[in-house]
Amino acid sequence: MNARLADRLATIMFWMGAAAVLAILALLLGYILWHGIRVIDWRFLTMPPQTIAAGGGVGPQIFNSFYLLLLTMFITAPLGLLAGIYLAEYAGKGRVTEYIRLSIETLTSLPSIVVGLFGLLIFVNMTGWGYSLMSGALALAVINLPLMVRISEESIRSVPSELREASLALGATRWETMWRVILPSAFPGLVTGAIIAAGRVFGEAAALLYTAGMSSPILNFSDLNPLSPTSPLNPFRPAETLAVHIWKINSEALIPDVRRVADGSSAVLILVVLLFNICARWLGRRIYRRLTAT
Amino acid sequence: MHKEFSPEPDAEKSFRVPDKGNIQRRKRCGEFLGRSAAFLAAALVVLLTMSIIYFIGSKGLATFTAHGVRVTEFLFSTQWWPDRPLEEGGPAVGSLTFILGSLLVSLLAVAVSAPLSVVVAVFMVEIAPVWGQRVLQPAIEILAGIPSVVYGYVGLSLLVPFIRNYLGGEGFSVLAGFIVLSIMILPTIISVSTDSLRALPPQWKEAALALGSTRWQTIRLVLVPAARSGLITAVVLGLARAFGEALAVQMVIGNTRTIPHSLLDPTITLTSAITMDMGYTIMGSLWNSALWSMGLILLLMSFLFIMVIRVVVRGGMVR
Repeated sequence: MNARLADRLATIMFWMGAAAVLAILALLLGYILWHGIRVIDWRFLTMPPQTIAAGGGVGPQIFNSFYLLLLTMFITAPLGLLAGIYLAEYAGKGRVTEYIRLSIETLTSLPSIVVGLFGLLIFVNMTGWGYSLMSGALALAVINLPLMVRISEESIRSVPSELREASLALGATRWETMWRVILPSAFPGLVTGAIIAAGRVFGEAAALLYTAGMSSPILNFSDLNPLSPTSPLNPFRPAETLAVHIWKINSEALIPDVRRVADGSSAVLILVVLLFNICARWLGRRIYRRLTAT
Repeated sequence: MHKEFSPEPDAEKSFRVPDKGNIQRRKRCGEFLGRSAAFLAAALVVLLTMSIIYFIGSKGLATFTAHGVRVTEFLFSTQWWPDRPLEEGGPAVGSLTFILGSLLVSLLAVAVSAPLSVVVAVFMVEIAPVWGQRVLQPAIEILAGIPSVVYGYVGLSLLVPFIRNYLGGEGFSVLAGFIVLSIMILPTIISVSTDSLRALPPQWKEAALALGSTRWQTIRLVLVPAARSGLITAVVLGLARAFGEALAVQMVIGNTRTIPHSLLDPTITLTSAITMDMGYTIMGSLWNSALWSMGLILLLMSFLFIMVIRVVVRGGMVR
């Protein structure tokens, strides 16, 4: 076979590979949205699920997912940012840095079910909280933390070094430079990364089965006292998220319309994740423009 | 009016009042506090990792220490009767079936996904960079963002019936498991491969083309071999993700405790056993401990994958 023909054939192969990936994505999205959109209406999005009858919704599950995401982000955003600052600004080339990086790698590659087991042991049993939103948020924080550290380190490093040098030359300390000069210009990268990481957290289920639990108590959405057991804001109540709900109804539900609820929930999950992606891009671009005044 | 423009003598004085030492001290204090906070956050990551290793390790080893199961029996026996009473042959927790199931499904997934991913990565970097950037990059990000339960659910509601109707068997099968996994790990392998191909110095490609190579020859003989360590890293990361994935696999694999004889047979994995039984076993019982030991295997496997990547990357740098 001559070289030119081989080249032609190879080019075709590359295009087919790319087309295959696009086709897979189109099939997945098309399938989920096609089946799911018909299910989604206001009732489905707000009603609580049914235990044995058809026609339940996923209102509490959606609320739980967002609330859990919020709690997780409250824990990981400051920690991830600080650890990222340390790695980008202060860390030398010593053994300590090496351990930190190895730890981050380990946490990143840890299967989420293992994080769930750890959460069951520490955040559920040792703390005595039982299955609760807080335990779930801490488990999700373990999954999210390495990601946030990497995102903040990378966006801090991508700030041009001239800015940093100029600030230091003017007599600012490293911390002042970080806080007033570098972080504001790293902000778009941080926000974009954090939102995409939030999308991952939103869809996580394996780590939550044995931390946030697979049940949702009856919630009274007019009760906003975070200490009351029926309040949706109480962080120490068990909470089933949307992703866990999809898994649970498929493996052990008694309702006759599993298919309908699962279709709708999957579509909601996908739409939220897509929304996060789009928001991240749009917000990142917008903040960048605002900051650079272009 | 005139007065407002000239600096007031008082103002100038008050501006100088805090002596330099004070400001210096405050600055140094702020620097110290900030630096400490940053270090503590980083140290927390190490602490967290250590405690995960310690707690999963100690729970996982209880099967062998407290319950006296031999390690070889746990790893190499297929006899899994954790709730059988002593008089009927005693409880046994041989996990070979689970381990084989996990290995089989994840290796098959990588075997399908790796070639396709490398093809797509090369496409994005070399064949159609603009198109790749505008269309494929966002597509892969979306693919990466789809939650694993949704992959599992699509597998369950689309792939399983398809296999049942057209290929035979129950539908719940090794085939369904590794197809779902291979799609899940595509974005991981593609994005890491793309990064490593992008990092190659452009002169290598230019030199190869200038010597009269076709684009395919350049890719096959120069670029892919040069990016080898990055590509292997990408594949190992994909393998790690496939090996540790729980729910998506559990939903389509059938979860029967048999060693599969064909791709259409159901089987079970470590992760799906943990997922299903952890909630129904009593903490500290043999069955429960065996599940923790499976968790420990998952943990050790992810160490192994990290070590492989480190060795590969180091080898790549030396070259």
